Amino acid sequence: MTAALEADGLGLRYGRSWALADCTLEIPAGRVVGLVGANGAGKTTLLSLASGQLTPSAGSISVLGGRPGSGRVQLAKVGFVAQGTPTYAGLSVRDHLRLGAKLNPAWDDALAQARIRRLGLDPRRRARQLSGGQRAQLALTLGLAKRPELLLLDEPVAALDPVARREFFGSLMEAMAENDLTVMLSSHLVADLERLCDYLVVLAESRVVLAGSVDELLATHHRLTGARREGSRIPRSHKVICASHTERHSTLIVRAREPLLDPTWTVSRLTLEDLVIAYMVAAPPDRTLLGVAQ
Amino acid sequence: MLEFYLEPASGLPPYLQLVRQVRQALQLGVLRKGDQLPTVKEVVAGLAINPNTVQKAYRELEHQDLVAARPGVGTFVTRSLGSTSLAAHSALRSELHDWLARSRQAGLDDESIEALFVAAVRAQARGDVA
Repeated sequence: MTAALEADGLGLRYGRSWALADCTLEIPAGRVVGLVGANGAGKTTLLSLASGQLTPSAGSISVLGGRPGSGRVQLAKVGFVAQGTPTYAGLSVRDHLRLGAKLNPAWDDALAQARIRRLGLDPRRRARQLSGGQRAQLALTLGLAKRPELLLLDEPVAALDPVARREFFGSLMEAMAENDLTVMLSSHLVADLERLCDYLVVLAESRVVLAGSVDELLATHHRLTGARREGSRIPRSHKVICASHTERHSTLIVRAREPLLDPTWTVSRLTLEDLVIAYMVAAPPDRTLLGVAQ
Repeated sequence: MLEFYLEPASGLPPYLQLVRQVRQALQLGVLRKGDQLPTVKEVVAGLAINPNTVQKAYRELEHQDLVAARPGVGTFVTRSLGSTSLAAHSALRSELHDWLARSRQAGLDDESIEALFVAAVRAQARGDVA
């Protein structure tokens, strides 16, 4: 099976600073990929490179076996819902669909019309008269009706209330259940990602610091708590991602290849949010022990 | 029809939460042989979760011989779990009562008892997986 996205040493430079550096990834098709990281970590850059809106300064990227942005066939395979789910304020819902039909060779008008009906959107309404949630749903409809194999969404729900967010993701997942689709979305809302994603990419300071299948990541990362001790007492099969110490107590987030047999540690499960935060605060690697209290 | 929910604090992976909810519904007789489970599409639209999660849960239930998928129709319950386990309930409950009484005699309060119980369940679950 072709990977949905393969990047090798991928980088993008603006002047002297790298918006994304040394990014090597292989994302399988059919997944929902969560892209997490602080603002400016490189999420939008990665999505823009995948959609072909930016051209790499270093390395290579291949999306569904082709070079992003190279010709009509490639463009038709990739849908992109940009940050803030933009729509044309002065155009009606119907106009948006007409525009979508004109611009996309594989446009599925039946799908678009059915979605608009199900959402209860009045085709004559202009985008500016819609609620934030409805505008986001309209942008999603445009993205889905072009029948992409890969749908990229940049912070699609940042401006939505919890109900609109749930409805947005509900209809995105419904579309995924109906079609062979790979979804890649960036969000700060890790609690949402926990329900949605089966693949996670964490970016920090323009680099990929963690990537992998969520099940595997959660199975191999643990929180160890116990009496205070130094990092050197941790077996080599365990990589310390981040550590914090109080006078008597140590808490470590570790990546383990084998079960930890030392009974003096209490081992507990991590949530996806714990995992993301551990890697975000731990980056870059040479600051691993920054969390040490005085 | 069964309506699923997710409990973020449960510590269980979402697919296992769905499996457990079906098993519990079978044990309580809420679901019976021949009943249809919600379609993958219905579950993901309602809960906003990954369809792969629901598919994984349904595959696991098939593997446990509790449900069967009829292509193009849906997933149906093939056997119940109720009667046998319900019968075992009362005996287990009385053993648990005795155990609780002993724990209190030993000076444990409710919180410690609960912590001990949860720890034992988790430890055994981990042991079963390994």
